[in-house]
Amino acid sequence: MVDVRPGDFIRVVKKGGLVVEGVVLPSTEFTSEKHLVVKLSNGYNIGISLDDAVIEVLAEKYTKPVVSEEFREMSIVRGSGSLKIGFVSTGGTIVSKVEYETGAVKPALSASDLVEFAPDFRELSSELVVVDFMRKLSENMTPEDWSHISEEVGRHLKAGVDGVVVAHGTDTMSYTAAALAFSLRNLGNPVLLVGAQRSSDRPSTDALYNLKACPIVVRDAPFAEVAVVMHGTTDDLYALVHRGVRVRKMHSSRRDAFQSINDIPLARVYIRERRFELLNRRFLPRTRSSDIYVLNKFSNKVSVVKSYPGIDCEIFDYLADRGYRGVVIEGTGLGHVREECVESIKRATDSGVVVAMATQTIFGRVDLDVYTTGRKLLKAGVVPVDDMVPEVAFVKLSWLLGNFPEDGPAEIKLKLVSNMANEIGNSQSLEVFPRWYHGD
Amino acid sequence: MEIEYRKLGLKVGLEIHQQLDSKFKLFCSCPTKLAPENVKYREVTRNLWLSKSELGEIDPAALYEIARGRKIVYRIPEGHACLVELDEEPPHDINREALVISLSIAKALNARPVDEVYVMRKIVVDGSNTAGFQRTAIIALGGSIEDEDGAVGIQTIALEEDAARKIAEESDYVVYNLDRLGIPLIEISTAPDIGTPEQALRVAYRIGLIMRLSGKVKRGIGTIRQDLNISIESGERIEVKGVDKLELIPKVITYEVLRQLSLLDIREELRRRRLKPEDISEFYIDVSEVMKDCRSRIIKTSLDRGMKVYALPLPGFKGILGREVCSGRRFGTELSDYAKAWGSVGGLIHSDELPAYGISEKDLESLYKYLGLNGDRDAFILIVSDYERADRAFKAVINRLKYAFIGVPKETRAANPDGTTRYLRPQPGAARMYPETDILPLRVDESILREVEKIAIPRPEDVLRILVEEHGISRELASQLIRDPSLHLYLDLVEELRDITSPQIIASTLIVHMKSLKRDGIEVDRISYIDLVKILSAVGRGEIAKEVIPEAIKVVVSGSSFEDFLESRRVLSVEELEKIVEEAIKSNADLVKSRGFERSIGLIMGKVMSVARGRADGALVNTLVRKKLQEFLTP
Repeated sequence: MVDVRPGDFIRVVKKGGLVVEGVVLPSTEFTSEKHLVVKLSNGYNIGISLDDAVIEVLAEKYTKPVVSEEFREMSIVRGSGSLKIGFVSTGGTIVSKVEYETGAVKPALSASDLVEFAPDFRELSSELVVVDFMRKLSENMTPEDWSHISEEVGRHLKAGVDGVVVAHGTDTMSYTAAALAFSLRNLGNPVLLVGAQRSSDRPSTDALYNLKACPIVVRDAPFAEVAVVMHGTTDDLYALVHRGVRVRKMHSSRRDAFQSINDIPLARVYIRERRFELLNRRFLPRTRSSDIYVLNKFSNKVSVVKSYPGIDCEIFDYLADRGYRGVVIEGTGLGHVREECVESIKRATDSGVVVAMATQTIFGRVDLDVYTTGRKLLKAGVVPVDDMVPEVAFVKLSWLLGNFPEDGPAEIKLKLVSNMANEIGNSQSLEVFPRWYHGD
Repeated sequence: MEIEYRKLGLKVGLEIHQQLDSKFKLFCSCPTKLAPENVKYREVTRNLWLSKSELGEIDPAALYEIARGRKIVYRIPEGHACLVELDEEPPHDINREALVISLSIAKALNARPVDEVYVMRKIVVDGSNTAGFQRTAIIALGGSIEDEDGAVGIQTIALEEDAARKIAEESDYVVYNLDRLGIPLIEISTAPDIGTPEQALRVAYRIGLIMRLSGKVKRGIGTIRQDLNISIESGERIEVKGVDKLELIPKVITYEVLRQLSLLDIREELRRRRLKPEDISEFYIDVSEVMKDCRSRIIKTSLDRGMKVYALPLPGFKGILGREVCSGRRFGTELSDYAKAWGSVGGLIHSDELPAYGISEKDLESLYKYLGLNGDRDAFILIVSDYERADRAFKAVINRLKYAFIGVPKETRAANPDGTTRYLRPQPGAARMYPETDILPLRVDESILREVEKIAIPRPEDVLRILVEEHGISRELASQLIRDPSLHLYLDLVEELRDITSPQIIASTLIVHMKSLKRDGIEVDRISYIDLVKILSAVGRGEIAKEVIPEAIKVVVSGSSFEDFLESRRVLSVEELEKIVEEAIKSNADLVKSRGFERSIGLIMGKVMSVARGRADGALVNTLVRKKLQEFLTP
C-alpha cells in the first residue's frame, strides 16, 4: 500500500467503482482501523475503507500534527470600565475551541478570544487579568486541583481585584465551587464559576451568555460568595447566580442544568439590559477588603457511598481498613442505610473515621431521630448533615480533614455541621422544591 | 426570441432536496409529520452568536439583524420536537431507516455508497437550525442519470436534516416551528452537464420519479425543493434557490439566461455612453424638503413618521434603470432587491419609472433641478427610510451599480412563483463545514447494504409495464405518460381515485385533454389538485360523461365552481331520458308515422341529443329511441 500521510491529496479508486479525491485527515479517536478519513473539495468528510482500494498520492502536503499551543501564562487587557477582574481558565467546554479541519475540540481560550467573545469584559473593566491556568476537563479534576485553583484565585483577590471569574467544566463545577467557598477565608468580593453546556464553536453556544453575565455580577453583587453563573432557563433570557455550596448540575445536557438545591439562587442577571436582580437576602456581605487568606488543603481520604437495597456492608469495613478518614453516605429517605450495616459503620467510627449522613433524595433535610435505623446510626456515631447537598458535605469533610489535622473526629463532626458559607441550616420554604410537569 | 442555449454555453446543475418518509427524524425519535394547527405548544426564545470567522450561507439582512441581537423564537408543538431539536440534548445516532432509503435511491442513480458516513456541521445562522448549523453527510458519490441528450452525472448524494419552518418575521424577531427541523432530506446534486431548459426539466423529473418510485419519500407541497446552478459562458454561475414546482424549471432557466444577456447588454450600453464606475456618486442627498408637498401617499406617511427621502444622482444613466432584464423585471428591480436585502428598506424608486406612485411631473422636475441633473440625460434613485437603513441600502445599490460595468455578479437568487428570480445574498465562499463531534462515524456495512437491497426501486422502464399491465391503460398513452412530468400527478390521482375512476380516463385527461386545452391557450396549470379530483371522481361515479371533462376543466380554470357545473351537466337518469324521447316522438308524431321505424331513428336521435348532449351516453339514447319508436309504432 502507498504510504499516505495527513495532508496528502489523494485519489482512491475502489473495486466497486467509487472514485474519491480529497485531502487525508489525521486520524482521531473516531477513526476505524483500516479506514482513511478524506476531506472532499466541497468540505464534506467521508470514510474510505482501504480494502480493495487503489490509492494514488496526487500531491504530498504532509503537515505535522499541530502540537497544542504553549500555555500563555498571563495576559492583561485594558478596558474602558472601572472594574478590576481576574479571569482564571481551568478548561472545560467553555474554553474549548474546535479545530475545523478535524473537529477535534481543544481547551484553549486566549484573552483576546475572550474579549472578542464577550466584549462586556472590556467595556466594564479597567483591567482584566486572564490566566490560562490549566486545561482540564472537569471529570479529571482532583482535590489537589482544587488546592491549586483556590491558591490562584486567592492570589488575584489579594492583589485587589473586584472579583474573580473561573472558567470551569460543568461536570464537577459545583464540587470546585464548594471547595473554593471553604478554602477562601475572609472573602471580600465575589468569585464566579462559569461554564457552558454547548461548546463555543456553535452559534447556539451558551458560553457567551454565561460569560457576559459575569462582569455584571462583579459590578453589582452585594455579596462576597463563591457562586456559579449559568443559564436560568432553556431560553436566552437570564442567567442565574447560584450559591456555590447550594448548586447542583441537575440535567446531563440542558443549558439550565444548574439549579440551587434547598435554597433560592442569589441573583438573576438580564444580559441584554445588563440588569442585576438580587433574589436571596441571605448572603455573606461584600466588604471589598483584600485581607483574604487561603486554607487550601484537601484530604483525598474521603469517600462517598450511595446506599442501595442490599448494599454490601463490607464496603464500610474496607474503607476503614484502607485508611479512609471520612465517609459521606448518601442514605435513602431521611438518611438511612440497611440496619445490618450499623455494626460495620460503628466499627469505622470507633476507629476514628468521620461518617456523615446526607440524603440521596437531594431535596429535603436528613433526620435520624424519626426511625429506629436512624437512631441506631446516630448511636453508632454517624453525623447527619441536615440540608447540606451530599457533594458539598463530601467537599467540606475533605477540606476539614485537610486543614485541621489537630482536630479529633468529634471536633471535625462539630465543624461539619456548623454553618460556614450558608451551606447548611436553611429554613425550608415551600417554594424551593421544583414544580415538576404534570401534563398540563 | 429563440435562444441558442448550446451556442451560449448554457450549463445547468440541479440540486434536488426531497423529504424522506422515515418513521423517525434523522437524529431523534420524533415523528416526521408536521404538527396540526391546533396542537398545544410552548415557546423558547434564543439568540445566536456569530464569530467573525464563521460566516456561512446567510442573507445580509438576517446577518445584520442577528448581529443586532434579533430574537429567535422557537415554537415547540407537543409531540413534534424534543430536546434534540431544541439543542438541549446531543443528537442520537443517524436514523438507520433514512440512511437505507437514501442509499437505495443512490443505488437507483448508479451512485456508490461511501464506506463510512461522517456527519458534518454546516454553519447556518438565520435561526432556522437551533444549533446554528445544519447536520449533513455525504452517503454516496458518482452515478449518472440517462437522458436523450446524453447522460448527466450525479456528483454527490447527501443525507441531511431539514430546517425549522419560519412562521413569522419582524425586524426584531423571527418565529420558527420546530416540527420540520430534523426531518430527513436527501440531497442529490448533479454535475453541470445539462445544456437546455428542457433537459433540466427531464432530468429533474426523472430523479423525482426514481425517488417517488422508492415509495419511501414524502409527497405534497414543500416536500421537494429544487435548486439550480445556471451559467452561460460570458456570464456567471448563479445559484437559484427554492424552485418548488417542477414545471417552473425551464422558465427559471430561460429567464436567467435572458437576465444575464440583458446585464451584458447594459454593460455594453454603459461603455458606449463612456460612463465609468468612478462616475457613480458615493453620496446621496436628503431631498425630504423638495418632496414635502408631494402627493405620494408612501412619501407623505413616511415623512410624517419621521423618515427621510434620500436621492442618489446618476448622471448619464437615463433609460438604463428602466431596461427590462427579463419578463416584467427591470434593472431598477435588480437594484431594488439589493436595497431590500441589505437595508431592509421597502425598495427604491427610480427616475425611469416616474412619474408614478403619486409623484407628479412637477415633483420630478423639482427633483432634477434640486439635484442639478438634466432630465433628458440623467437618472436618480430615491429611497424612503430612516438614515441607518438608507445608508446600508445605498451602499449595496452603489456597489451593484459599479458591478454593472463588469457584468453579471455572482449571486444566490430565489425563485419567484412566475419563474423570475430575485437577489437573495452573495454566494458564500467555501462551505463552512466541520465535523459533528457528537455523532460517531457510521460504517456502511453488509447488514445495511442488505437492507438497501430489499428496497427495489422500479426503473422508469418498468413503469411502462406497470401502466399497461396493472393499470390497463393503452400502450400508446402509457409511453407518452412515462415521458411526461404529469406522471407524478397521474400516480397521485390513481391512488386517490382507486376503484372510482379508471386509470385510462385519468391518463387521457392529463395527456390528451390538458395538453390540447393548453394549446388552445387555456391556463390548465391553474387547476387545483382538489378540482381535478372532483372532476374525475364525478366521471368515475357516472355523474358526468367523460366527454365533458375538457369543458369541466375550462369552467373550473375560469374560476367558476365545479358544483354549479356539475348540476348543469348531471347525467340524465333512464327515466328522464325516456321522458325526453317520448316527448320528441309525440311532438313529431305525424312525421314519424309517415317515415316509419328505420327512417325515424336518426330524426328522433337528433332531437333528443340536442337536449341531452353531454348528459347521456349516445348508445343508451339510441337503445331508448329504438325501444320507444317500436312501442309508438306498434299498435
